[in-house]
Amino acid sequence: MGSIALLGFGEGGWGLSIASGILVTVTLALATLPVGLLIGFFVALGKQAEEPSIRLAANMYTTIFRGLPELLTLFLVYFGAQIGIQKLGVLLGFAGTIEINSFLAGMFAMGAVFSSYASEVFLSAFRAIPRGQYEGGYAIGLSYGQTMWKVVLPQLIRVALPGLSNLWMILLKDTALVSAIGLADILRQTGVAARVTKHAFLFYGTACLIYLVLAILSSFVINAIERRTTASGVRR
Amino acid sequence: MTESFLNARTAVVSRPPAPAKRWTRTRIIGHVLVAFWAALIIGLLLDLYAAWDIVLIQTYGPKYWQGLVTTLTLVFSSIIFGAILSVPVAYGRMTKNRIGSAIAYAYVYFFRGTPLIAQVFLMYYGVSEFRGFLETIGLWWFFREAWYCGFLAFALNTAAYQAEILRGAIQSVSVGQWEGAASLGISKFVTFRKVILPQALIVALRPYGNEVILMIKGSAIVALITVYDLMGYTKLAYSRTFDFQAYLWAAIIYLLLVEILRHIWDWMERRITRHLIR
Repeated sequence: MGSIALLGFGEGGWGLSIASGILVTVTLALATLPVGLLIGFFVALGKQAEEPSIRLAANMYTTIFRGLPELLTLFLVYFGAQIGIQKLGVLLGFAGTIEINSFLAGMFAMGAVFSSYASEVFLSAFRAIPRGQYEGGYAIGLSYGQTMWKVVLPQLIRVALPGLSNLWMILLKDTALVSAIGLADILRQTGVAARVTKHAFLFYGTACLIYLVLAILSSFVINAIERRTTASGVRR
Repeated sequence: MTESFLNARTAVVSRPPAPAKRWTRTRIIGHVLVAFWAALIIGLLLDLYAAWDIVLIQTYGPKYWQGLVTTLTLVFSSIIFGAILSVPVAYGRMTKNRIGSAIAYAYVYFFRGTPLIAQVFLMYYGVSEFRGFLETIGLWWFFREAWYCGFLAFALNTAAYQAEILRGAIQSVSVGQWEGAASLGISKFVTFRKVILPQALIVALRPYGNEVILMIKGSAIVALITVYDLMGYTKLAYSRTFDFQAYLWAAIIYLLLVEILRHIWDWMERRITRHLIR
């Protein structure tokens, strides 16, 4: 059987299962992104708070999730949540076994890692925005929330975008780790195909190429977003 | 009256009392968050203490140590090999030769654009597809071992990242430095070694440190191709005992490792930028 037929969608071809793997990878990355961005933003706010205890809590968050290997974070979340919920179930009088959804576990683990890196990006972007922007906002009677939302955030995004797009690329690659907890992503599907057909090089090579294509596609999207955000800014 | 005014004891009215620290909303939130972290960490430590089983520690303690040694050997050997390999790649990225720069660009793009885990799988499972060929050219002993495959994949991967670090650092040194050296009649090679490189390495130090930390974290992946590194023994311990503390110990060790490295790097940065502090 030729390699084209193996990768194709016909009988004996693995195209369909690999395509479903692509869907899982992309969905996981897209689902993680907003969670990670939101948490990362608030952690960055915490890191520049005047209150030392908030700063301490935020810094601990980053230290822990940037220091642990992503694979270990994933296992900690996956098995830890399983044990935790099991214990909770016993407390509530439920004795059956509880399976954790590996998609959710992957999402939380990747989100934790992504947000701890994103908080650093946001933090340096916050520092690039002069105080006068806040003062101007307050001077015309905007509340803290309004100043943040209407004055600071639009500029923040423009400054943070290069760093965040880097993190998106890293996230896209990191999602490959969820194949270790049994989620049927690109790497898992190609791995199954490789074991069945004994054409490991072909299928793992294909997996690498798919990730490359995804990276190229997302760089197109990122460039488009970058053009739009710079166009909306004031030319200096 | 003037007399009494002048005699007023200055010490009594020296400074206004410090404003009382009020329990504002942010302060409460901050204390709650810190308390949450503290409770979590103390809870985990208590859990480890309650689950303290001397047999378990005696069985798996040495294995964890062995795994840590494997992890460190793997990471540092692949980083050194990658550093050597990154020099020609960085040269290729900077050269004006179209073919050379295209090859270097493709190399860097491939290794930075695909997941490390896919590269490791490609190297270990994928290359074994060509077993017959490898046996005839006598390289099968290398690709048969998971450790060597992991090492090669890591070295190739980190070479791509290190090449970019090196290129960025060298290009960050201004052209005037080259011109100044040239006007003194210093040869290009000596200029590079004695003028450009010392300045570039200051810029490159922090990214290099990040790369080392990323490699230590990434090296956990080799556990998936049957190498018994720290993560490998952790997985083994968990699959045999179903005791969650296996993962907690690994987390503590990895965190300590990364924090120690981070502090060493901070110290190194302070040390080599002493002359820049005015």
